[in-house]
Order: sequence, then C-alpha cells, then structure tokens
Amino acid sequence: MPRTPTGPDFSVDYLSILDESGEADQDLLPDFSEDQLLKGFRTMLLARRFDERRLKLQRSGKIGTFAPVNGQEAAQVGTISTLREDDWFVPSYRETAANFWRGAKPADMLVFDAGYNEGIVIPEGARNLPNAVPVGTQMLQAAGIGYAARLAGSDEVVMTYFGDGATSQGDFHEALNFASVFDCPVVFVCQNNQYAISVPVSRQTRSKTLAQKAIAYGIDGIQVDGNDIFACFVAANEAVRRAREGKRPTLIECVTYRLEMHTTADDPSRYREDEEVEKWRKRDPIERLEIFLRDRDLMNDDRLKSMEDEIAAAIDAAWQDAEGRIEKAEGPQAMFDHILDGATDELIRQKKQMTNGYGGISGYG
Amino acid sequence: MAELTMVEAINLALHQEMKQDDKVVVLGEDVGRDGGIFRVTKDLIEELGEDRVIDTPLAESGILGFSIGMALRGLKPVPEMQFSGFSYLGFHQIESHASRLRWRTRGHFNVPMVVRMPYGGGVRALEHHSESREVFYAHMPGLKLVVPSGPRNARSLLIAAIRDPDPVVFFEPKASYRAFREEVPDEEEVAEIGPAGILREGDGLTIVAWGAMTPVALAAAEQLAEDSGIEADVIDLTTLAPLDFGTIAQSVKRTGRCVVVHEAPLTYGPGGEIAARLQEEAFLSLKAPVARIAGPDVHMPYFAREKSYLPTADRIIEVSRAVLNY
Repeated sequence: MPRTPTGPDFSVDYLSILDESGEADQDLLPDFSEDQLLKGFRTMLLARRFDERRLKLQRSGKIGTFAPVNGQEAAQVGTISTLREDDWFVPSYRETAANFWRGAKPADMLVFDAGYNEGIVIPEGARNLPNAVPVGTQMLQAAGIGYAARLAGSDEVVMTYFGDGATSQGDFHEALNFASVFDCPVVFVCQNNQYAISVPVSRQTRSKTLAQKAIAYGIDGIQVDGNDIFACFVAANEAVRRAREGKRPTLIECVTYRLEMHTTADDPSRYREDEEVEKWRKRDPIERLEIFLRDRDLMNDDRLKSMEDEIAAAIDAAWQDAEGRIEKAEGPQAMFDHILDGATDELIRQKKQMTNGYGGISGYG
Repeated sequence: MAELTMVEAINLALHQEMKQDDKVVVLGEDVGRDGGIFRVTKDLIEELGEDRVIDTPLAESGILGFSIGMALRGLKPVPEMQFSGFSYLGFHQIESHASRLRWRTRGHFNVPMVVRMPYGGGVRALEHHSESREVFYAHMPGLKLVVPSGPRNARSLLIAAIRDPDPVVFFEPKASYRAFREEVPDEEEVAEIGPAGILREGDGLTIVAWGAMTPVALAAAEQLAEDSGIEADVIDLTTLAPLDFGTIAQSVKRTGRCVVVHEAPLTYGPGGEIAARLQEEAFLSLKAPVARIAGPDVHMPYFAREKSYLPTADRIIEVSRAVLNY
C-alpha cells in the first residue's frame, strides 16, 4: 500500500491594483464613475477626520473609549461598497468607515461613544447589525443569516467583518465551516491589521496567509492589498457575485495596518516601533487614492479644500447635535428598556425603585 | 387524547408547530436522520425535509450562533444542545448575543429562538451529561428559562416558547423523558410562559420544585399527608426566568413555611434567590426559616453515586418535618 499525496495542492492569489504611489494597473482597474470614486474617497476621508475629532473629544473627557479606524478605510469602503441596500452588514467594532457607507450618522455614533445606547439608531428595515465586541463571535450569525436568506429564496448576501486576531477563535472555524457546509451566501472580510491589541499576527498563526485558511473549508480565499481600495473592491465584488449567484462563501484577507491605537485606552508604543508605523504611513490608503484622483483631474487643491471644509462642518454639526441629545438624555431608567418584549413585574418594580432614587436596586421595598 | 411520554409530547409539539409555521426550523447534532439521541426529533426530517431539520457539524457555538443569525433573518430556530453540559461551548453566543440583541439594537432586532437542552441526573449517564445548571441561564437578563415537569406541559410550554418573540432556554428534565406518561390532548394547547403551576393545595407548608424534582416533591407531599395528615402546597415552577414569585409568596403567606427542592448545587442555587425574596416580602408570615434541599457543592458524581446526590422524597419529608417542628 503506497503512501500517496491526496492534495490539496493550493495557491492563494494576492491582488493589488493601486500601488503606493497612486499608479493603477489599467488591466485590472474596474470602471468607476466620477461620483462613485468621489463618494468612496469622501467616506474614507470622513472616517479619518471623524476619528481625529473623536480622539480630541475622548482626550477631553467628552466621550468614552473607541476603536479608531485610521489606516483601514480602504479595506472597509472597498468591500462594503459592493453591497446592495438589502444585503446584510455584520460588523465587528472598528467598522466606522463601512458604517458610514451604510448610512450611519456621525451624531448617533457620538451619542453612542458618550455611553448612551440612544446612539444606536438603525433605520427601519435596515440590515445593519450593531457592533459585536467579543472577537469573532458575529461571523456565525452572518452564516445563519445567509442560510435563512437562501431558504427564503432571496438573493441577498451577507458581509461580515473581523480582524486577524479573530481567525484564532473557534467561532472563525465554525463560521467558515457552517457557511460552506450549508451553502451560505456570505463574504468573510478579514482586515488583517497586523495586531490584536499588542499581539502580532505572527503570534496568531504560522500560516503564510490568513486567506489560505479558506482552502480547508472548501471555499475560495484571496489576499488583497487592504490599503488599495480598488483591489478590495474587485475581490469583494467577485465574492458577492459568488455568494449571490452561486450561494458560496468567500474569505477575503485585506492586508492593512492599524495606524492608531487599538482603542483609546491602548498605548501602541509598548509593542511596536515608530519606524514600522512610518513605513505603513507611506502606504496610506487615502493618500494613494488622492494621487489617483488628482492624476485624472477628479481632485485638485480647491476641490479637496471644499471637501475638507464640508466634512469639518458636518462633524461640527454632528457634535453639536450629539451634545444636545446627551444633555437631554433620559434618566437611568432607560436601562430597563428593551430587555424583553414586555417588561416583567420584577423589572417594573426595579425601574420604579430607580425612579425614586439612584444607586443600585434592593429587593427590600 | 393520547397517553404520551415527555419525549413523545415534545416531538408532537415540534411536528405540530413546524407544520403550521414554515419559519420554524430544528437544528443540532443528530437531530435529523437519527431523530436525536433521545428521539425527541424523530421523523421530523422525513416529514419536513432537511432544509428545516438540519443535521449540523458538531459545534455548539456554531449551532447557537447560526441560530441567532437565522432568527435575525426571520426564522424561528429551535436548536438542540445534545446535553446541557455541552452548551457551555456556545455559552457566549447566548450571553453575549441572543440575550442582548434586542437591547443592543433598541428593539430593531429580536432573537426568537428556543434552545432545547436535556439537563439533570437520574439516567446513569457519563460525566457532563447529568448536571443541573439552571442558574447560568436564569441569571441572564433578556433570556427566558422554561423547565417543564411532565409530558403535557412540556408540549404546551414548548409551543409557547417557539411563539415567544424572545430567546428561550428550554430545559428538558431527561429523568422524566420516559419515566411516566400523561394524557396529552390532540388539539393544540399553548401554555403561558411565566405562571407557576399549583399541583396540590394544603395549609401546612409550601414545597417548591421544578423539572424532574416536581414529581419527587409531589410524592413527598402525598406521603406526608398519608403519614401525618399534613397537607402541603406543591408549586411547580415551569418558568425560572421570569420567576413567578407572586404565586410562591401567596402560598407562603398562608402556610408560613417553605421548602425549595432542586438538583443544582446548594450554594448560589435558585433556592437561595427564592429564600431571599421570601424573607424580603413575606418575613412576618414566616414561621420557620426557608429550607433548601439541593445537590451538594460537588461535581455531579459518576452515576454509581448519583442517587446519593439527587434529592429524594424521603429527604423532602425529613426536612419538611424539621421545618414544621421549628
């Protein structure tokens, strides 16, 4: 009985279209309208400027800790922009740019960042899930949504986001496995931003790529330059088509970098060198798209200034709106809302007690 | 009307509910072709097809997380955990997501799913197959915990749980799966989640139990009446969350004495919560301290010793007498 290879014999593609200097591969570059390009650029810039403002607000104690998106804007906008409105967005907790693309309002996010659940505003009928904080747990829900959509005979698809750290979770394995076994129309978008707080991706896996993990589940996987919005778009577009038409999931690894801290409570100088950060700053996803747009006369100093001014004004207005809402926010009794479909007798009793005085609840009285 | 075991009654509920609502799906390990290792899902796959009766990969978190997604997209999933002792591999999906999504989205989404799981001892099973950890689930806001005590309420409560808009953990006392039969009407019967059952009335004392302990408590009460002429209220808590404390309080205000029986370990067990609430709300009615009869604070022993672990009718009688003579 000989010992024979059973396979698989695999390779994983790496896709790059727009390089660091803003040069695009003309053969791979899809057709975009001017509006599409500028909308993508504006969403990325808004996310960047929004985070810069949030950092100031956080440092001055106006809002709580949050997870900056800086550096990952292309990975998010490139992928999320391939969805239809009736498709599903299942995020982790750093998807600010993708959230903006899906219609999230900066003012709502600021109310949320200030610690109020009133900031979670999902428009009627919208298929946007809220932040999922426990790493990697949301991917299974994406798979289940995909199953139900297929069973309903709908052609909607599901896009779920997570990071390199999440690929170490058991739920990552279970989600890709379930999605494949049950032919779920799901696009798994891994933003490999190189760190899970302080732990580098080399400590998460010895796999050469994260994308190759797809092979084990019998699904397609591709690695893309995650700071290249066009590569992210093309890979996601292919994956969405595969999901919509073929009911098959895909794993996309966007190789990117978290330019800022994990959250505002984190000090990245403890675990990475400035030179490394500087190297990645040169690969900034927004700068390279700006060069591309300038080369095609879609952007110039005047246009950029007016876009920057408009974004700054929008963020000013958002904070003004948020501050007003925070001042007028309901008292602590709001914590009792939406626990169950109807409040239980005990919840009503506790809520009443809190109305009469704050600081915990007693069974006595 | 037929005499059914609890397994048959739950199976009937699933058949009836799945036939009349095509949003209901069943999923789990061995629930399809095998009909479930206890045969609770027997013949469902033949009747309703493998799209709705789903043999999943062996992964509890996968089953629960997948079910949450199904619920978000309009289905009413009824996932099965093969044993409650394996549900911890998916515990975070219930704690972090199923119980919170309504709250986290301020009502935009809800998660109408029923997680069925056999729990409890008494069937000479292996390690991790016999625990009684209802507090894990009763302690979570946003989640309901239902525990039937017999075939008839197992059927009517399961239908109610499937129709509930919130996530329900459905604890099935496996010791009662085939221990006795009950008349179960052919026509649909839907219970209300929440209200406790009063199985027996008396002024001597109140005995509170649920699941497989309910028939034991009832037997003890009958024996007590026969031996000593002391009549006990027996309250069957078919829902542990939300807790129908009103029924317990009403009874104890009349009897002045209460014994709580559960398989779960004594310390931090559900009996502690009931006792605390009684001393808060019925203090002046109490003629004796509230007694708890529970499993000891040890791991569920291997089955040769499980009879020593589980509360018995004799122990309930002994403790009831002590409470009566206090």
